[in-house]
Amino acid sequence: MAMCQGPSGGGVAVHVLEAQRLACWRAERLVFADLSFTLGPGEALLLTGANGAGKSSLLRLLAGLIPAAEGRLLWQGEDAASDRVAHGARLRYLGHQDAVKPALTARENLAFFARLWGGEVEAALAALDLSSLADLPARVLSSGQKRRLALARLALAPAPLWLLDEPSVGLDAASVERLGPLFAAHRAAGGMVVAATHLPLPLPGARELRL
Amino acid sequence: MRALLLRELRLALRHPAETLSAVLFFVLVAALFPFGVGPSPELLARLAPGALLAAALLAALLPLDRLFGAEAEDGSLDQLLLSGLHPATLAAGKALGHWLTTGVPLVLATPAAAALLNLPTEAWPAAMLALALASAILSLFGAAGAALTLGARRGGVLLPLLVLPLSIPAVIFGAAAIEAAASGLAPRPYLLLEAALLALAAPLAPLAAGAALRGE
Repeated sequence: MAMCQGPSGGGVAVHVLEAQRLACWRAERLVFADLSFTLGPGEALLLTGANGAGKSSLLRLLAGLIPAAEGRLLWQGEDAASDRVAHGARLRYLGHQDAVKPALTARENLAFFARLWGGEVEAALAALDLSSLADLPARVLSSGQKRRLALARLALAPAPLWLLDEPSVGLDAASVERLGPLFAAHRAAGGMVVAATHLPLPLPGARELRL
Repeated sequence: MRALLLRELRLALRHPAETLSAVLFFVLVAALFPFGVGPSPELLARLAPGALLAAALLAALLPLDRLFGAEAEDGSLDQLLLSGLHPATLAAGKALGHWLTTGVPLVLATPAAAALLNLPTEAWPAAMLALALASAILSLFGAAGAALTLGARRGGVLLPLLVLPLSIPAVIFGAAAIEAAASGLAPRPYLLLEAALLALAAPLAPLAAGAALRGE
């Protein structure tokens, strides 16, 4: 168990997120079972494993998008499933799909989320080096640029938990490096990262969970 | 909620084809009736109230199966569900967006369709009001239907089967209002009954839609 780096003085629990014996069924198949782990402020967890091992399912389960077949997910000791709206508000989920509307410009795509969560659109665009593309419709962006636009949502407003499904897919080496400071700032502020990946990510000191 | 509405309106402006096709469908169906009924203006005017409502509701159904389908396909639905908005709020926003981008244009096109159906001009205001209420009711039930059929194969066929029976009362009172206005009576009682249906659907349909979205 790594030490927590974040501001967790006083009586605050070291483990913010705790998975207790989670199991997941998808399409009448047991994807994983008896999965337990904890995550504290500033920590990062890498999910690795073969295709179909359940990395994406686990991330969706952690996000509350699918229910757990067995086990519980605790947030600061309370069942996360009891208030899924509140649970959704304290995390950022980056799925396989970029959730980018092709008809809107890059700036408009981010502005929608900025209205929901707060945060500076221009700063988020700059963090992923998208400023020069801000006024282009997302339809004309390349897949790597769309991925960066999806990642720019992370830079908008702070949320304690980031759930990232292969965040670096389609990104060039320079863009993957740019994620380093983004992740570091998030973890330094006490944020947590759970990322499913096949490629190395700039997450120093991350633990690995093999599914 | 306001952010969601702004986004819906902006998307509709960028893709005007969906709104335009609904409006064209409405006017074209109204234009077909005179050909079918033949040279009998009185009979046409007699049919007009029901024909207007049926055509408008069918036209408003057209973009409904994309209401959540398009969001689910590109991953936006996950983001919306995790955005901190309650799923029912989300569904209400989508229903209102559907009404603004489909229902309101249909209401604006009502005089054209009413003229094609030989509806007396004194009944046009009542027709527009009745269609505004009926399309709002359809948007609400439609959002619930779209949420329920999301991910179902042949959802596009299932959706009208679910939604149209629920809109029968809206057709009855809407057509009665237009008919009353056409024959010189007050359409107000019928419009109020239709508004009562809307008042019933407004809280219930988004709750049902939200529950369906979350269970997905």
